[in-house]
Amino acid sequence: MDASGLPVERSRRPYLIGLGLAFILTAIPFALVAAGTLPRISTLVIIAITAIVQVLVHLRFFLHIGFHSTPFENLAAMAFAGILIVFMVGGTLWIMFDLHHRMMM
Amino acid sequence: MTADTLGTVEMAALPTSDTQKYEDRAFGFWIYLMSDAIIFALLFATYLVMLGNTARGPTGQQLFSLEHAAAETAVLLLSSATFGFASVAFAQASRPGVIQWLSVTAVLGLGFLLLEYQEFSGMIAKGAGPDRSGFLSAFFALVGTHGLHVSAGIIWILVMIGQVLTKGLTRPVASRVMRLGLFWHFLDIIWIGIFSVVYLPGLV
Repeated sequence: MDASGLPVERSRRPYLIGLGLAFILTAIPFALVAAGTLPRISTLVIIAITAIVQVLVHLRFFLHIGFHSTPFENLAAMAFAGILIVFMVGGTLWIMFDLHHRMMM
Repeated sequence: MTADTLGTVEMAALPTSDTQKYEDRAFGFWIYLMSDAIIFALLFATYLVMLGNTARGPTGQQLFSLEHAAAETAVLLLSSATFGFASVAFAQASRPGVIQWLSVTAVLGLGFLLLEYQEFSGMIAKGAGPDRSGFLSAFFALVGTHGLHVSAGIIWILVMIGQVLTKGLTRPVASRVMRLGLFWHFLDIIWIGIFSVVYLPGLV
C-alpha cells in the first residue's frame, strides 16, 4: 500500500515469499489438528500464534504495509481500528462470559 | 509522489490535482476496509459468545470437515497471490498479463464460493441451518458475510476485466484495480481468522 493508490510493485518476489510463508503457517495448524497428538490447549495456542504471524505476513507481503513506505494516516487508521477491535471484542467477551458464569451460579 | 510512477503506461504528465484525487480515493477506501474489519471483529465476538449455545443440536466437531476447510483455505490463499501477479503485470504495463491473472483470480474465487456453497447446503440438508441454534446462526452470519464479500469481489474483478479490455491500462483503471486488490487481500486476512477461530478450534 503506498499513497499513490496505483500499482507500483514490479516484482513477483514479495507475493511468492508471502505465498510460501502463508502456506507454511497454514499447514502447521491444519497438520496439528489432523494429527491430534498434542494436548488441546497447546494446539489452540499454536493455532493462535500461527494465525497472528500469518496476518502480519499478509499485511507485509500482500498489502505492502511498512512503517516507512505506508503513509502515516493509513497506519494511524489501522492502529485506531485495532484499538476499537480490542476494546469491543475484549469487552464483549469479558461481559458475556462473566454474565454466563454468574447465571450458572 | 511523482506522476510517472507507472513509467511506460500512458499516465505521465497529469496535473497534481489528479494525483491528489487518487491518493484521496486510496485513503478513503482504506478507511472503509478498517470499518469492515470492525464489522468482522464483532461477528467473531458474537460467534465466540454463541459457541456453546447449540440447543442440543450438532456442534462444530460434528459438522466441520478439516479437508473441506483446507481446500477452501488453499483456493483463497492462491487467489490472493494470483491477484498480486495481476498487480505486478499492471505495474509492468502488460495488458494480457493483467487480464490473464485477474481471470485466474476470478476462477479461484468462484471455486471458493462453490466449496462454500457445498458446505452450507450440506449442513442445511442435515438440519443444521442457521435456524437450528444460536451457535449455527452465528456461524452462518460470520462465514456467510465473508462469502458475500467474496461474491462482491468476484463481480468487481469481472467489471475490472471488462474495463481493462475496453479502456486499457489507464490511470483511473489502475486506481480501481489497486483498491480491488486491497479488498481481495483483506478478505484473505479475514479468512485466516475464520479457519483459526471457527474450523480448527471446532475440530481440535
